[in-house]
Amino acid sequence: MKKTILIAMLAGFASLAANAGEYDISVDRVQIDTGDFVKEGIGYNGASPGPILRFKEGEEVTINVTNNLDEMTSIHWHGLILPYQQDGVPGISFPGIKPGETFTYNFPIVQAGTYWFHSHSGFQEPNGAYGAIVIEPEGREPFRYDREYVVQLTDKHPHSGDRIMRNLKMSADYYNRQQQTVGDFIEESGDKGFMATLMDRMMWGDMRMMKADIEDVQGFTALINGKGPEQNWTGLFEKGDRVRLRFINSSAMTYFDVRIPGLEMTVVQADGNNVQPVNVDEFRIGVAETYDVIVRIRDEQAYTIFAESMGRSGFARGTLAPAEGMVADVPEMRDAPLLTMADMAGHRDHGGMDHGSMDHGSMDHGSMDQGDMAGMDHGDMNRDDMAGMDHSGMNHGGDSALPEDPFYAKGSGLIPTASNGGKFLSYADLKAQKPLYEDREPTREIEMRLTGNMERYEWSINGVKYEDADPVVLQYGERVRFKFVNETMMTHPMHLHGMWSILDVGADKWNPIKHVISVAPATTVYMETEVDAPGEWAFHCHLSYHAASGMFRKIVVEGDPDSTVADGKQGGQQGGES
Amino acid sequence: MKRLMPALCGLSLAMATLTGPAFAQEDAAKKTQTAKTFWGVSAEKLEYRYSDADEELAVIEGDAFYGTDELKFRWLFEGEWEEAHNAWETLENQFVAQVPVDDFWDAKAGIRVDTPEGKDRVYGVLGLTGLAPYWFEIDTNLYVSDEGDASVDFEAEYELLITNFWIVSATFESLVAFSEDREIGVGKGLNSTEVGLRLSYDLFDRAFSPYIGAAHERTFSDTADLARDSGGSTEDWFAVVGARVMF
Repeated sequence: MKKTILIAMLAGFASLAANAGEYDISVDRVQIDTGDFVKEGIGYNGASPGPILRFKEGEEVTINVTNNLDEMTSIHWHGLILPYQQDGVPGISFPGIKPGETFTYNFPIVQAGTYWFHSHSGFQEPNGAYGAIVIEPEGREPFRYDREYVVQLTDKHPHSGDRIMRNLKMSADYYNRQQQTVGDFIEESGDKGFMATLMDRMMWGDMRMMKADIEDVQGFTALINGKGPEQNWTGLFEKGDRVRLRFINSSAMTYFDVRIPGLEMTVVQADGNNVQPVNVDEFRIGVAETYDVIVRIRDEQAYTIFAESMGRSGFARGTLAPAEGMVADVPEMRDAPLLTMADMAGHRDHGGMDHGSMDHGSMDHGSMDQGDMAGMDHGDMNRDDMAGMDHSGMNHGGDSALPEDPFYAKGSGLIPTASNGGKFLSYADLKAQKPLYEDREPTREIEMRLTGNMERYEWSINGVKYEDADPVVLQYGERVRFKFVNETMMTHPMHLHGMWSILDVGADKWNPIKHVISVAPATTVYMETEVDAPGEWAFHCHLSYHAASGMFRKIVVEGDPDSTVADGKQGGQQGGES
Repeated sequence: MKRLMPALCGLSLAMATLTGPAFAQEDAAKKTQTAKTFWGVSAEKLEYRYSDADEELAVIEGDAFYGTDELKFRWLFEGEWEEAHNAWETLENQFVAQVPVDDFWDAKAGIRVDTPEGKDRVYGVLGLTGLAPYWFEIDTNLYVSDEGDASVDFEAEYELLITNFWIVSATFESLVAFSEDREIGVGKGLNSTEVGLRLSYDLFDRAFSPYIGAAHERTFSDTADLARDSGGSTEDWFAVVGARVMF
């Protein structure tokens, strides 16, 4: 017995030695040309986006990062499981990289899939400091493809991150050019009657909330792999190919609804972890999420990759084509959605619309634990309050039956539908291909209310901004159930560093393993985390200006494998797909 | 003024304790991962006025601030330059500290120094500014002058979006004095109102928005009498042209 272990260890060392890669990255001032504007920004190895880093599972990587800026920088390896000192968050993992200095990251690659990297210093990431990571698995992948492309989305803005933050603080609607106008009022009056429209505006005005508050930062040019819609990033294929597209949303603030008209997409991976394949016509990718899809292309024609922002203030466009220069039609963007009263659960106690006290506890759909999807009725509690008072907001789409998705409040204006009437991916469709951890009862639950004040552009957790908050302390070996209660009217992509976020879709051991959990307005979403990584980690909303405004926490994991505090030490510490 | 100082000191102390806990933590990432202090410079009005009595005026209402979510320092400037007299008809500088008191409301405290043509005045200021239901921006202040006279002003603004770039803003301002201050033309009671309507276009983001509009100024009762006595008018219509700026 001892012998085999020794041999295995030796073999491990040998493979490590044979499989150690060294990479150099420089952090540089670069020009970013979106086709609409040219802007000075920050990039890696002289370009934004930076290079695609291709690692192999089991490899020991050494990455030399040289800071050519005149300010501090850092690189965070988004989604990678690694020692906390290598995680790249200044002030938590390490002090940061000084101007002119080279910092050497060193960590083993213990997972496979699509990830990305970005600066965690100031607003360098929105300013262009991001790149893709592709990790080839040790074993065979459970799906076939003939070629692959990274499709990295971002929302490049002509203003610098600092300027955007300042403008939002001066005026939270600074960038919102989708507010309802007099013209909208007249049009809606024609449809629904003057009084109904007036009552609707009064109701929202009473709360001092805007239905059009979906994208805080508009005015960007959406890019695919650094190219604007006019510059048209193109990926080539040969007829009959199965093409794997690794979608990464590296935006500062923007969710995208992605489709390729004429092609069905098979989602095979989410946030780097394989999922049971789901065929979809369209999917929504939250900020910092990744989705890998496979498309099988039978015809020798060009296809447009069309990614509309969730608030429809911009779109990214690329092309899959048999030959360079071929293009397909670029669809028109659909109408911008509007929030409804169902998205306002957390705000109903403001502004004199007192319909009885808001009991967030009652939003807790316990049935979710049993995996009963039909019972996951997030918005239900609002119905009584809303009866008779919401004359038009509920059903802005008008006619047909409301779309449903258990991860949106019932009646939410944000529930996505596929443009061709087909299948739109829901979190509820995601099932792990191979569970990473043994399924077990969580040892405790931690509630995180996602809170904020849109008018002041302040964002917080449990009503407390990061600067006023104590760290969240976890014990090594616990399995913690996080309960996210979104009390704001914005959608928040919550990102836990260093440990996996097991999203509760009611599939028990098949619950998908992610690194970003998007929480729609007025919903409660649960995730569980096997606390298997000692050290100090960051946890935050991945919308850049929300994180910087205070929707951020330090997580401290006490204890280590040698001094396990709680029961149930897991075999899956290595993380990643097996 | 003397009476007011202790009150102001008390308030600033209260503010210091309010913001105190923020500095107690020693987590280094709170610095690197948080955007804490902000500044801004803007002018709600930067305009040329032409009255129905052929008066010409230049009017500036400027605002500069520096601070955090919890405490801001603001410099508010208001000036009316009268072309005919080559003089500042109004020249106010306010220096206030501003703290949030509610989701939508801030309290202000500080001093106001008036140095127009004619007599100067120094005031203690206590104010409330914020957003009322139905999107009315409200700003109201209590002033107590170094002469011991108290007055209250009230401003409301409503923006109507014709489109997301063409915006009509309606403003209402009034001043009520609790006692007479003859030297500066202030009578007891309602002094004056100003109503304005401006159509602006956001030319560069919200940084530069030129506008045209009209304003109506009127003085009342004792104040009107004082104005008449000094040969001024009690009611004026103005055509205005200018720009809103925000940096």
